[in-house]
This record gives sequence, structure tokens and C-alpha cells, in this order.
Amino acid sequence: MFKLAGYLRNYKKESIIGPLFKLLEACFELIVPLVMASMIDIGIKNADVPYIWKMGGLLVFFGVLGLTCSLTAQYFAAKAAMGFGTELRRDMFDHINGLSYTELDKIGTSTLVTRITSDINQAQAGVNLLLRLFLRSPFIVVGAVIMAFTISVRLTVIFLVAVPLLALVIYAVMAAGIPVYRRVQNKLDRVLRMTRENLTGARVVRAFARQDDEIEDFDETTRQLQKIQLLAGKISAFENPLTYTIVNLAIIAILWFGGKQVEEGMITQGEVIALVNYMTQILLALVALANLIISATKASASAIRINEVFAVTSSMQEGTKEESVHPAFERKDDRKVTFRNVSAVYQGAKEEALSGVSFSAKAGETIGIIGGTGSGKSTLVNLIPRFYDAAAGTVLVDGIDVREYTYSALRGKVGIVPQQAVLFKGTIRENIRWGREDATDEEICEALDIAQAREFVDAKPEGLDTRISQGGKNLSGGQRQRLTIARALAKKPEILILDDSASALDYATDAKLRKAIRTKTSGITVFLVSQRVATVRQADQILVLDDGRLVGAGTHAELLDNCPVYKEICLSQLSKEEVAGA
Amino acid sequence: MTNKNKAKNSKIKNSIIKNSRSNSKDTIRRILQHIRPYRFQLVLSLVFAVISVALTLYAPILIGNVVDLIAGPGQVRFAGIMPILIQILAVVLLTSAAQWLMNLCNNKLTYYVAKDIRTRAFHQLEILPLKYLDSHPYGDTISRVITDVDQLSDGLLMGFNQLFTGVITILGTLGFMLSINITITLAVVLITPVSLFVASFIAKRTYRMFKAQSETRGEITSLVEEMVGNQKVVQAFGYEDRARETFDGINERLRECSTKATFFSSITNPATRFVNGLVYAGVGIIGAFTAMRGLISVGQLSCFLSYANQYTKPFNEISSVVTELQNAFASARRVFDLIDETPQEPDAPGALTLRQVDGGVELRDVSFSYNPEVKLIENLNLSVKPGQRIAIVGPTGCGKTTMINLLMRFYDVDRGEILISGHPARQITRDSLRRSFGMVLQETWLKTGTVHDNIAYGRPQASREEVIRAARSAHAHSFIKRMPEGYDTVITEDGGNLSQGQKQLLCIARVMLCLPPMLILDEATSSIDTRTEIKIQQAFAQMMEGRTSFIVAHRLSTIREADVILVMKDGRILETGTHEELIARKGFYAQLYESQFAN
Repeated sequence: MFKLAGYLRNYKKESIIGPLFKLLEACFELIVPLVMASMIDIGIKNADVPYIWKMGGLLVFFGVLGLTCSLTAQYFAAKAAMGFGTELRRDMFDHINGLSYTELDKIGTSTLVTRITSDINQAQAGVNLLLRLFLRSPFIVVGAVIMAFTISVRLTVIFLVAVPLLALVIYAVMAAGIPVYRRVQNKLDRVLRMTRENLTGARVVRAFARQDDEIEDFDETTRQLQKIQLLAGKISAFENPLTYTIVNLAIIAILWFGGKQVEEGMITQGEVIALVNYMTQILLALVALANLIISATKASASAIRINEVFAVTSSMQEGTKEESVHPAFERKDDRKVTFRNVSAVYQGAKEEALSGVSFSAKAGETIGIIGGTGSGKSTLVNLIPRFYDAAAGTVLVDGIDVREYTYSALRGKVGIVPQQAVLFKGTIRENIRWGREDATDEEICEALDIAQAREFVDAKPEGLDTRISQGGKNLSGGQRQRLTIARALAKKPEILILDDSASALDYATDAKLRKAIRTKTSGITVFLVSQRVATVRQADQILVLDDGRLVGAGTHAELLDNCPVYKEICLSQLSKEEVAGA
Repeated sequence: MTNKNKAKNSKIKNSIIKNSRSNSKDTIRRILQHIRPYRFQLVLSLVFAVISVALTLYAPILIGNVVDLIAGPGQVRFAGIMPILIQILAVVLLTSAAQWLMNLCNNKLTYYVAKDIRTRAFHQLEILPLKYLDSHPYGDTISRVITDVDQLSDGLLMGFNQLFTGVITILGTLGFMLSINITITLAVVLITPVSLFVASFIAKRTYRMFKAQSETRGEITSLVEEMVGNQKVVQAFGYEDRARETFDGINERLRECSTKATFFSSITNPATRFVNGLVYAGVGIIGAFTAMRGLISVGQLSCFLSYANQYTKPFNEISSVVTELQNAFASARRVFDLIDETPQEPDAPGALTLRQVDGGVELRDVSFSYNPEVKLIENLNLSVKPGQRIAIVGPTGCGKTTMINLLMRFYDVDRGEILISGHPARQITRDSLRRSFGMVLQETWLKTGTVHDNIAYGRPQASREEVIRAARSAHAHSFIKRMPEGYDTVITEDGGNLSQGQKQLLCIARVMLCLPPMLILDEATSSIDTRTEIKIQQAFAQMMEGRTSFIVAHRLSTIREADVILVMKDGRILETGTHEELIARKGFYAQLYESQFAN
């Protein structure tokens, strides 16, 4: 929590004024019992009407002052806390934008989403509460004891015994309760998991006719949950009765010993009433403090999760090269992309995802990449725009090591169509313009044409202005995929990467798409990742990956001759005649 | 529209209006029904509430009496004080005990009711037709079972703990005050509503600000979900700066409206405290004058002062309890809505339990559609002899799962009938019908639990040897052996610690253990490496030996070896026949075959 305190630096004034005014308000609250005491002792005893009016007016005046202070405090606290949240949120958003794929994989993007939203909200609420109340409760407790001290030194002893005792009880109940509440949360998570499992697995559960057993399991778990909840309830049920008892025992003591002091003329009747009032104020303040501590624990748990994100920094160093023309790179028909003995390891993985891969692709060539899952196909293409860094070897684009480019220079050359067809809220036009902000409608339509998406976009009443809902839920999987292809094409990239991006297309559309890319995008180097032989067989060069190793490179016919893995894949997908007759 | 229909429609409309009116009453009635088994606790809780409130209110009077006995030097009557102090002690101890017991009763009441309702809701999930589950987002259903029940139990607990005591406190205080002095009581009664008025005034104003805040929060969350959730795409397209711009704009607006909402909502507390202070001052002034005239004693004044302090508290509490209860009732409504969903039609009376199944399946004039406006399957006839293989073929999204849904009776046919071993499917118990099929779907579902438990899902009583045998024939044994705890390794949710292929093999092993007479298999299209895929193929082949099998097929070899091919498109069955017949027909299948395999 304290690490994040730096985010209050622009709100120093507010973070000091807030608590200060809160303390001021507490002062007025502490004076009230004293005023009342003198009203009783002097006003009533002497039947002094003007005095009573004066004191009564004083009470109202203090009330008004208290209200003003309190409002001032709330205002500054709110301003500081919300400013804190806003800046924290912006910094985290920036920080996430600077992370590389390696870190994104490690943390997981869904975790990042909850941290930047609900965790920051939680921390922000915590700051607000702390600024307002953290000083107030202890101040009231200490203040009340001091006020008691001014009334009677001897009776203060009662306070000095009661306050620690109250604090101890509240602390004990919390200390005993928190672990139990954690167990409640765990059980509740389990109940949640069972519910989700039974929804996603409804078909399997019914296929094996296990509904009754599932219900029984669930019954058992909720019964356990309810038992722990009862335990937690039993513990917290102690708090109120115990504190009530302690406070009233203290009051009894005040009355008895106070009586003795009144008898001796040390204190007055009104002062006894004031002491009783202070005792009640202490109780209220301590209970508020306990609630505050619970909220603060929640906020500090959030703060820890927020700090975890900031602790992760990008493992890649951005290069500086903006321009792509290498002095030695003049002939037009040269190697566009070159891999020299490249290996890649994912963080935390024991084995290499890619080992010792070398090949080069000329400008304008189509490169097919085939192999099973986990064979390293996606890893290979992800190295080209430098989403990850190679563990060994070099990846060259236009003859220059990818690590020398700035991200924007390198990624500007590459259009990538990821496996998952992700679209964003907005119109179709806005989505296609992700590739290039200033793409004209003509260029957009051209991209849609090649991506085989023109037809269905035109069929929509609003054409390019058709709104896409979040996640593209109002489109079919195939339509989404074609739009992501168009988005990459609109960028007019030098290198186009299709990472198994046609899986949701039917075979005929897939074939048309490949043909359009071949004929209409001359000059682009295309990487086609696929598990289907039919998709890659026409490529100028096919790379066959198996367990991260490059086990074959060449045309379809060449590979059939010299690459057993490729032959095996072909035979599993095509008939003998088809394999031979290509 | 015919008149008859119109009449029907207006009837429906009327009943909807009536429903919404009686909704909250109905909800409360149903909650009370769930409380009924615990009415003993409820009565006890009420009794303890009355005791504890009455005693809490009695204590200040006793304290006041003591104060009167210590008027000044030389006037303290210790002999009178002692018995009252003992009384106070007794009252305090009794109050504490009553409070504690009331809390216990309320906890028990709440958590038992919540458990009952939650269990009932879960039970409903298992008997709802798949149509419901498929057409409602899981998140929504889950939040009914989890969050809504929680909200309900929080609301009930708060209600039981504070509503009764609050009301009793207000009434009790009034009574006690009246018994001491009417003028001062009037002052208290007249000033207190100001606090309520202020609170509701602020609440109305802040409602709009909170709404603005939650809308802006929603905006930022959905932006973050898109941009951070798809961070990889954002980086691939160098969209970071543009995203940041949008983010900053919303973030700034969020700062403004949350500062407002937070500030204005936090006014309530000081404002009510201020009114409280006014009450206190009022009681002080009037009380002082009254005491001066000797109408009340100083002790009674101190008693009044402590009443003034606690009188406004229940008002504030009650208003927050009421909002909490409203939320709780809204949640309860959502849970009850789920519970009230029509469950699937129960098995026909005297339905047959399938034991001997030869594997013959016949579809007679079957018609089916998910949505009456979009016709899917019309008058489909199909006769499958025992042991035959049926391949279901078509482009992705053509509705191949519809066939699985009908065969497994996840959905019921609209017209016509399906016969299994000569028995109409509707005359067979669902459980026994489903148990005679072995199903392996592409979406591999595994339960959180050990590998053993997952394989034995269809036959929980199976021995370890049987489980290992099934795993071996599914080619899963070798990788299971390599897992840290072997067959006792716990699979985390969604099988996170397994590869897609391994999950598939476990699902096959799960069916292998039961080996039912008929199979439904969904061939994997992707995400499995070549070697595992060959293993899965072998496992499939072994299973299909001598069994009637329906295969959602992607591989040409599977399709060619099938006895019957069902060609589907857009949810409809276009053609049926063998490979040669269909090629000869030169229809959709031939076209598909050309584009997919012949290039």
C-alpha cells in the first residue's frame, strides 16, 4: 500500500487538508460532553437561563463547525483519492502497453483486466477511507482519554484499563474471524466452480447419467460452506455483546468511584455524565476502527496485486532503427526474412519450442508452414514481428536483425492475422482502419475483396458502418476471421502472416482466399500457417516442423520425396491418389 | 390476427401486468416459505431481540437514577447506589447474552435458508432442458446460483439483525421517553425526521451521480477488456497510442464523476450527525429548563441525552437495511425465476430401461428446429443397422451437433420419432438411453478431480485395474504414468495442466471404461499434434469395432469407410448415401469433396 502512496504526490495539499479537517471535527465532538456538563453543573444548579442559552447555542455552533470541517475533509479526501486512482490507472495502462508477449503470457491478460479495474477501484476506495478515518478513530480514543484526564486523574485509570481491553477484544474477534472468512471464501469458490462445471459439462454429465451424484456432491459442499459460515458467524457474534459488557462495566466503575469523588467534592455531577459519554464515544470509535481495518486489509490485498503488475517489466529492449534500407540490401529480389539457427524457449518451459531453425524467404514468396500442435509453427511466425525474442540465433528482416528496429518500424512492415479472430467494438470501417488509420474506403473495399469479406459486408444494410459489438458477437466465426484478414491487408504490409487463420472458413472460401492473396498481392511475402495440407501445398516453399525442429523445406513434390513426416501428414489427410496427383 | 388470438394475447398481457405487481409480494411469500422450517429460530430471534432492546433501553434509566444519587459533595447516598449498580450489572449481562443468542439464531436462520435455496437452484440446473442452458449465458446462470444467493443471505442477515431491533428500539425509546417527560420527547420526535429528510434528499441527488459513475466505470472496463484482453493484437497493430488516447479521455471523465459521487454520498454521514447534534442540543436546552423547574431530575436528563444519542441511529440503519433488503429481494426474484423455469419433460410413466441394445437406430419422418421460424430437419428418414458407421459431413457450423443433440435426447424431435433397438426413444428413460451411447466431443470436458475419477466418471465403482485397462486402450496410460501423481494427479479446472490432445485421450478412456453399444464421436479438427492424432485414430478404430457409430467426420479416410454419409449444410441434411453414390450424384458433397481434397 505504501509503495503506491507516491501516486498521491500531486495531491499533497489535499491529502494533508483532508485528515486535518477531520481531526478538527473530532475536536468539536470531544468538547460537546464538557459543554453539556457545565450546562448541568452551572446552568441548572444556579438556574442561570442566559448561561443555558449560551451553552445550547455553543452546542449548535460546534455542530455547524463540525459539519463544515467534515464536508471540507470529505471533499479533499475524495479529490485526492480519485486523483490517486486516475493516475494509477493511467500508469498501469501504459505499463501494460509496454509489456512484451512473454510477460503477457506469464500474467495472463484476464488477470490484468481485473487488476486495472476492480483492484484499482478497491485501492482508491481504501485511500479515500484512510484519508478520512484513519487518524480520526485513534484520535477520538486518545482525545476522550485526555478529556477524562482533565476531569479526573484518578478516574482516568478506568479508561486506561477499559480501552486496551476493548481493543484486545476487537482484535481477538478479528484475528479469529479473518482466517475463517478466508475459508468461507475458498468454499464459495468451490461452489462456484462446481456450478460452472455443471453448466459447461451439462452434456457429459447427462450422457453418463450422473446428475444425481452431482447434486449430492453439491449438497455436501454447500453443507460444508454453511457450517463454516456458521462458525464465522459465531465468532463475530461475540464482538457486540463483549464490547457492550466491557463498556458498561467501565460505566459502573465510573459511577461508583465517580460517586466517591463527588462526595469528596473533587468532581461534579455533570462531569460524571461527561465521563460516561466519553466512554460511549470510545466504543463507537473503536468499532469504526475495526471496520476500517477490514476495508484496509481488502485495499492492501488489492495494492499487493497492483504492485505485482508493476514489478513485471518488459524483457525486451527496443531497437532504434527507424528505416529499413540496409546498405548491403540493394538487389530487389533478395531475402526478405531470414532465420539463422534460431531457437526459442517460452518462459518457464523446460524444452525449446523451436530449435536451430534456419531458412530464408524471398520477397513475394509464399511460405507454407505445417506441423502438429506444439510443433512450433506459431512460435516461428511470432518471432518475425518480434513478439518474442529468440533464445539463440538471429531473425533478419530486410537483412537487419529484428532487435535493431524500433517496434513501430518493424511491426509496420508486418500484417498479422492471429489464430483467434479478435474484433473490437466500433464499425467495420473502424476495425479495418486498425491497420492504417488513414485508409480510404476504396482501400478498405480492396482489402475486403481479397479477404472474401466484401460480399457479406455489402449485404449488410449499413455496409462499412455496420456496428460490431464487443468481441464481434454479432458476426459468425467465419465472418470475423475474414475481417481480421482484411484488417491485416489494409495495412499494405510487406510481410503477411496468416496464423492458422482460415480454420473457420469453409473449404471453398478458403481456396478462393488463397487464390486472391496469390494473384492480387504480388510483392508481399506471405506466411501461411496451417494443419491442412490442402492449404499449404501450393506454396513456393513449405516448412515442415516437428517438435520444434525443421524437418523439411521445399515444394510439395520435393517434400513427398524426401520428408517422411510430411508424407505421413499427407497420407492422414488425403487419399493416395490425391497425394501423388498433386 | 384472429379474434381468438387477440383475446389470448390480451389475456397474456394482463397476466404479465398482474405478475409484475404481485412480484415482490410473491417473492417475500416464497422467502417466508423457505424460512418456515426454521420458524422456531425465527421466534427465538424475535424474543431475544425484544429482550435485548428493552434491557438496552432500561440501562440509561438505571444510570440516570445513580446520577441523581450523586448530586454533589456530601449528598452522595452510597447505600442507594450499590443495589442499582448491581441491577445495572445484571441488566448488562442479560443484554449481552440476549444479543449473542439473537445473533446465533439469525446466523443459523440465514445460512440454512441460503443453503436450501442454493441447493434447490443447483438441482434445477440438472433438470433444466439443454435448450435453456444453451440459450442463456453461463455467467448469468452462475451469478444466480452464487452472487444472488449471497446477496439474499447478506440482506436477510442484516434484516434480521437490524430491522427488528431497529423498529423495537425506536418504539421502545419513544415509550420510555414519554414515560419520563412529554415536552422533551416531542422535541426529539420533531427534529429526528429532519435527519431522514436530509438523508433521502442526498440519496436522491447522489443516485444520478452514482449512475454516471457506474456507467463510466462500465465504459472503462469494456475498453480495458478489449485493449488489455487483446493486448497482443493491440501491439501487433501498433495501436497502443490510439488506445491510450481513448483511455485517457474516459479516465478523466471517470475522475470527475467519481469525485462528485464520492463527495456527495459522503455528505450523508456528517449531515445526519449534524442533525443528531441538533437533537442533542435541543434535548439539552429544553431538558435544562425542565430540570430547572424541577420537573425532571439531572439523572433523567442524562438518560434523555443518551436516548437522543441512540434514537436517530436506528433510523439511519433502517434506511440502509431497506435498500439492502430491496437488493436481496431482487436477487431472490432472479433465483426463483431460475427455479421456476420449466424443467425437461419427465420420463414417460412406465418408461423402459434399456438393457439389451443391438445397436439399430431408426429415424422416422423426423422434423426438428431450434426456432420454429427457421426450419432445419424436415421429414428425415434414416435406418441404421447394428454395427454400421454413419459419417456426418459438412462445413464448419453446419449444425452437425444437432444430430448429436437428437440422438442423445438433449433435445426432443418436433415430429416423427427415433427408434433405438426398435423402441421409440420417448418410451425409454433418458438415463438408460444416454448410457447406451458413448460420447466423445471435441470440446473436452473434464471435472476437477483426479485422473482416476475422471476416467471412472461413467462407472464410479470401477477398480484401479479397470481404469488402467481403459487408459491403456485409449493410449493414455503412458502420459498418465508420467504425471506427478500418476492416476491420482488432480486435474485443475478445465484441465489446465493437460494438453488438448491429452484431454481428448482421457475423454476416450472415459468412454472406453463403459464401452456402450453405440458411439457418438466428434473428430478433432485441430490443435492436436500428429502423433497424438494417430493415437486417437487408433483408439477410435478400436472402439468402433462392432459398434454402431455416428462420427462427425473431417478426415477423408473416415468418410470413405462410412456405411452412410449424412451431408449437412446450414443445419439441414442435404444428401445421404455412400461416398460413391454421392460423388455420382454430383451434388453438394461432390462439390465439397472437390474443393477440400482435390484442390
